[in-house]
Amino acid sequence: MSSTVTETAPAERAAGPAPARPLAARPAGSRTRWLWAAPPLAGLGLVFLYPLALVVRQSLTPDTGGPFAAYAEVFGSTAFREALWTTVWLAVAATAGCLVLGFVLALVIAFVPFPGARAVARFVDVFLSFPSFLITLALLFVYGTVGMANGMWTDLTGEPEGPFRFLATPWGVLLAEITYFTPFVMRPLLAAFSQLDTAQLEAASVLGARPGRIVRQVILPEALPALAAGGSLVLVLCLNEFGIVLFTGAKGVTTLPMLVYGKAILESDYPAACVAAVVNIAVSVGLFGLYRVVGKRAGA
Amino acid sequence: MLVHSKAGRWAAWSLFLFLFLPLFALPLLVVVAASFATHWSGALPSGPTGANYGAAVRGESLRALTTSLVTALVSSLLALTAGTWAALAAQALRKGARRVMDALFVLPVAVPSVVVGLAVLVAFSRPPLLLNGTATIVVLAHTVLVTAFAYQSVSAALVRLDPAYEQAAASLGARPGHVLWRVKIPLLLPSLNAAAGLCFALSMGELSATMMLYPPDWMPLPVRIFAATDRGSLFTGSALAVVLMATTLLVLAAFSRIRTRASYR
Repeated sequence: MSSTVTETAPAERAAGPAPARPLAARPAGSRTRWLWAAPPLAGLGLVFLYPLALVVRQSLTPDTGGPFAAYAEVFGSTAFREALWTTVWLAVAATAGCLVLGFVLALVIAFVPFPGARAVARFVDVFLSFPSFLITLALLFVYGTVGMANGMWTDLTGEPEGPFRFLATPWGVLLAEITYFTPFVMRPLLAAFSQLDTAQLEAASVLGARPGRIVRQVILPEALPALAAGGSLVLVLCLNEFGIVLFTGAKGVTTLPMLVYGKAILESDYPAACVAAVVNIAVSVGLFGLYRVVGKRAGA
Repeated sequence: MLVHSKAGRWAAWSLFLFLFLPLFALPLLVVVAASFATHWSGALPSGPTGANYGAAVRGESLRALTTSLVTALVSSLLALTAGTWAALAAQALRKGARRVMDALFVLPVAVPSVVVGLAVLVAFSRPPLLLNGTATIVVLAHTVLVTAFAYQSVSAALVRLDPAYEQAAASLGARPGHVLWRVKIPLLLPSLNAAAGLCFALSMGELSATMMLYPPDWMPLPVRIFAATDRGSLFTGSALAVVLMATTLLVLAAFSRIRTRASYR
């Protein structure tokens, strides 16, 4: 992904009927331009915005009671409050973990290169094209009740059961989310690092700065936009993550998306599902808006 | 080079391996290993077998695979068409209007996929458009989800496009439609191809929205993997997962072959 240069300058270039774009590059009148934009907008409205509006409406029209009865009921239930809290803290913790881990890994790939570093970078790209639930499935074999880690423990100590049983707890979900989403932080970071002028590093190093100081004072400031952009994307993706939690099969871990699924499909309580959905949208879209603003400002 | 001493470099590399191998390489290896096994009670899997794959490529599972392939191909084609159209139309708009369009088309990324599934289910289970229980509703939901990504990558490519080409064509008297078809689209082909690959991979692995609305006779592979692991058949599930990963990678490799040829033209 190439960024900075390419994404800021042409945006200004395309900003309006400026002298830089003469003649027929902009031949159509304002009405024709809107006419071309209308079909995709209408399609989006029909298959996405109208359904969303219906969800909001359904959340306000429960089977019994006034318009906000479903909200009152859902907000009053401990299950919902716990789900909201679990969702938020899991997402925040996973994002923090991804940022730290992604920064360290990208740092080594970019600045302490080793034979095969490019292959690792490619592997990261491949990793992104797999669905998230594969990670939970894999963790079941690594840390599950019958799995690698517990198997090794029982082989070594002779005890009947191993000590690793955190998979069905929020910690298992946290581990899976950090594993799956770290590449989403590494990719923009690697792109940013590849544009960093290595002469700066050499200069700092020749002048006697230790690696720790170079990372803190030269690399980190350059990486901040990429970190901010990647981090906020991961935050939103974690808030919306469903597959990882579903595959954990843990009754103890309920996040907002799980609550939506449970209410709608397992309990057929659509108004409650819609309320949870509206809350989930509010949290995610709010944070995603923040991501776009931060990303735009940082030019990432 | 950040670390100059040999010892420091080795320390950095071992830290890297220590973090990277267990977190990223191990999960994939473990799934592949489990797909060839019947038991896993020690440090390593036992009971090597190919039977999991035998079950994974016939009957219901094969149907799930073709269902996933058809869904992913159709929805990525639809998404690519809609996303490209929208991105082209948005580029012609004024800055403020373009921002609105950007926000609207990227919104499905921010809305949880489960909620997209719920919304599509709620909207198309009532009279004007009754799609509940059909394959169409699954394809529709996937299309909504991946169009956002198609739109994003095509708009990014449009911004990078050198306007000199279309200006040259236009100044030589080419009509807008001709410029679009003979200049812009060919220049965009590599990015369109990359976007198609992305959409395909996302749709192949989509689980959240699908869980909300799949009908029994249109069950994509991820749902089937969940069904297998949910009833405890972890090893069958792993074989299905490997089939899913391999198919996705094969199709992506095919896409990138086309891409390199397109970019050499």
